[in-house]
Amino acid sequence: MAGFPLKGETTPTIFEKSEPGRRGTQMTRSDVDTRPLDELVPARHLRAEPPRLPEVPESEVVRHYTELSLKNHHVDRALYPLGSCTMKYNPKVNEDTCRLEGFAGLHPFTPQASAQGALQLMYELAEMLKEIAGMDEVTLQPAAGAQGEMTGVLLMRAYHIANGEGDKRRRILFPDSAHGTNPATAAMAGFDAEEIPSNASGCVDLEALRDNLDDTVAGLMLTNPNTLGVFESDILEISRLVHEAGGLMYMDGANLNALMGVTRPGDMGYDIVHFNLHKTFSTPHGGGGPGSGPVGVKEHLAPYLPVPKVVRREDGSYGLDWDRPESFGKLHGFYGNFGVMVRAYTYMRMLGRRGIRETAEASVLNNAYLTALLKDDFDLPYGRGMHESVFSGTSLKKRTDIKTMDVAKRLLDYGFHAPTVYFPLNVPEALMTEPTETETKQELERYAAAMQSIVREAETDPELVATAPHTTPVSRLDEGRAARQLDLKWSFPEDTDA
Amino acid sequence: MSFIPHSEADRREMLDRIGVSDVRDLYDDVPEELILEGDLGIPEALSEWEAVRELNRLAGENRSLVCFAGAGQYDHHVPAAVDHLIRRSEFYTAYTPYQPEVSQGTLQVIYEFQTMVCELTGMDVANASMYDGPSAAAEAAVMSRAVTRRGRVLAARTVHPHYRKVTDTYLRGLGGKLELVPAGPDGLVDPEALSAALDGDTACFLVQYPNFFGCIEELEPIAEVVHEAGALLVVAADPVALVLLRSPGELGADIVVAEGQPFGNAPSFGGPVVGLFAARQKLVRKMPGRIVGATVDTEDRRGYVLTLQTREQQIRRAKATSNICTNQGLNALAATIHLSLLGREGLREVAESSVQNAHYAWRRLQDVDGVTPLFPDTPFAREFAIATRENSRSILERGFEAGILAGVSLSRFASLEAPDGLLLAFTEKRSREEIDRLVDVLAG
Repeated sequence: MAGFPLKGETTPTIFEKSEPGRRGTQMTRSDVDTRPLDELVPARHLRAEPPRLPEVPESEVVRHYTELSLKNHHVDRALYPLGSCTMKYNPKVNEDTCRLEGFAGLHPFTPQASAQGALQLMYELAEMLKEIAGMDEVTLQPAAGAQGEMTGVLLMRAYHIANGEGDKRRRILFPDSAHGTNPATAAMAGFDAEEIPSNASGCVDLEALRDNLDDTVAGLMLTNPNTLGVFESDILEISRLVHEAGGLMYMDGANLNALMGVTRPGDMGYDIVHFNLHKTFSTPHGGGGPGSGPVGVKEHLAPYLPVPKVVRREDGSYGLDWDRPESFGKLHGFYGNFGVMVRAYTYMRMLGRRGIRETAEASVLNNAYLTALLKDDFDLPYGRGMHESVFSGTSLKKRTDIKTMDVAKRLLDYGFHAPTVYFPLNVPEALMTEPTETETKQELERYAAAMQSIVREAETDPELVATAPHTTPVSRLDEGRAARQLDLKWSFPEDTDA
Repeated sequence: MSFIPHSEADRREMLDRIGVSDVRDLYDDVPEELILEGDLGIPEALSEWEAVRELNRLAGENRSLVCFAGAGQYDHHVPAAVDHLIRRSEFYTAYTPYQPEVSQGTLQVIYEFQTMVCELTGMDVANASMYDGPSAAAEAAVMSRAVTRRGRVLAARTVHPHYRKVTDTYLRGLGGKLELVPAGPDGLVDPEALSAALDGDTACFLVQYPNFFGCIEELEPIAEVVHEAGALLVVAADPVALVLLRSPGELGADIVVAEGQPFGNAPSFGGPVVGLFAARQKLVRKMPGRIVGATVDTEDRRGYVLTLQTREQQIRRAKATSNICTNQGLNALAATIHLSLLGREGLREVAESSVQNAHYAWRRLQDVDGVTPLFPDTPFAREFAIATRENSRSILERGFEAGILAGVSLSRFASLEAPDGLLLAFTEKRSREEIDRLVDVLAG
């Protein structure tokens, strides 16, 4: 059992380590002939006191954040099987290439002639994504998956407006197993988000789809493989029905890792697909971001993509085209999360055409193997998925009173992160497990053994599981109290005293 | 090269256990007609060294220039320790902190980040980050509509055109649009013109501080007329200027957003950077994005969790305050470490050096023929605009020859309705010698 360092240790905030008059890193001082500040900026604009940032020497800052880092589980420690998050290994070389001065030091308003390498990289990345998805155009601008979804629904809107149906097509459909961002995005773009039920095998219910399709539907948002990990085998029929009703097909690309190089969204009838470079293409999740959510579209939607578009000109140079009158607008301040694109580009060039397909196949192989190891220990209401399987703890709970949340917490004691729990919503006590292709057979066996051990503990010593975790920096936290007694920032003693 | 770890023997054993003979048997659910024949039309695999060589070549095609461009992204020094710490894989290979017991590092960092954002902006509460400054402004506009249940969103024409464009894009999805309020001849919002534009259906007014041209807006009278109309004041700020200027919170802002790039983040061709988002306490339940709160564990030890999650898409779905999920966590970490390293005095010095450098350039340019300040009598901090007799793009060309990025051309942005000229930005990194060279470039 691999416990954490710093069990039970509280780290004071950086503000509590501050002492007046101490200095961190010395920054450059201006060498021009200076004037008193209030001769430059009228005193009425100046604040009386600078912001109360901590005063801590560099060595202590480094120790503080090093100590905090040790309290995180992370991919470089052990399996991180969060379903639909694709927590694969993040190659180290990506972290070097994105920091090359020619990339990291590039100001976004650098004239295009001085940014040819960056523009070429973006152009080629888009070309590779087009090929993988079977799409005609790609924008790299969205900063994350949810912004990719926003791009997708704004494209739907622009398309229907251009066809004179903007006022009529106000509904976006999605299955009940969809990620929360799908309905949230549809609503944020002014659409009515409508859920359709899944059938007994967890896929889109064609009857229910037919019943919901009419000339008020803007489109269908459908992850494939869906959030149960199951490939929507009726995808061609689904696309046909949606198109027949005048709607558009949107693929949430969260689960593209299972498919790339094997089959393509464009061939399935999708009009729009978003990619998650931070899932499928190995860029790190950074404790919550940054991501990058490029969007691929078929020709009929290309005119509406956001500005600017990266183009290759006739003379072989690369540029940014801002003159796109039918574009729906802009979602990012500049061109998207370029540093993330450099990482994904590096990865894709290393994998090459075959490596991309083999990666998909290995992700499916790993999940099938892990599922085979665990299928007798947990329920599997919808069967084995492709790159991920959604187990259920329903039987375990009936038998032992141990809930999925307890299993998840106990896993932390075994040195693993927990799967995604209680999602998708159509599986009770869900444990959505995605091992990814970068885990070894032996690591998968270690994880399965931990899960089996937890089942035995639930049967013989349920209290141990119900009160887990026991080896982590903190034990279970009172989330109710956090929401009731809001404490969202450090209270400076002088404020509290007053 | 690929990152698949299996030996042939492992692979065989795995297939046997699964009960299939070939991995492609696991794709049975994919209709035959959808299976791709042949390989993808993308390049052959590269070794790590070949990839590095190719990436070096591409990076080498980008020319490094002495940077006087700003307009939202600034060339500040980032202490070496920032990158060393954010390269700890404990931070960068972790996910969103869904299991708080093994994510206390990330969670405490966000709590410290929220505190620093509140200190800078003078606001009560901050979130864990947005994608960038412009999308944070757009989210503030969307939030203002939800808070006030009103439809119109106004912005000063002097707000960064990209902020306006992104905000307008978000609003158009909701059937709205961004309406512009013109500036007076001094480059500042005219409270009377603003007052005339406000009405009972106005949700908020968006103003930049200092504005796109570098002019320091008079926020107090603006806040007064905005609040009189029952609308919210949204301020998009330069966070470095905030170190010296009275905070938007003190001057009446309801929501403050900012581009946090100047703190710890490389320009990186515009991203990834980090949007800051802060608001008054009473608006906290309408805020977008992740928020971290302190609480206690079962043994009464202090710990941190994601809180108020019922605002968010993973719980609330179509009724969420925003669709944001992934944010810019690692960039927020960089900002937090950067601010800790500089500290109270260091950050003040950076801001003041930037202002001193800007004003030195301003004084030098008084004597340069063909260059005139766009707003000669309006206070500015570290960025200002000049009108140029010569085409600004040819000046940029000349700068390029001299290895200097001589600002941002105003002619890029038709919506500013400004004469041709340049927007010049200054940081603590620019030396007197570099500024003198800039002046030479501008003088021709």
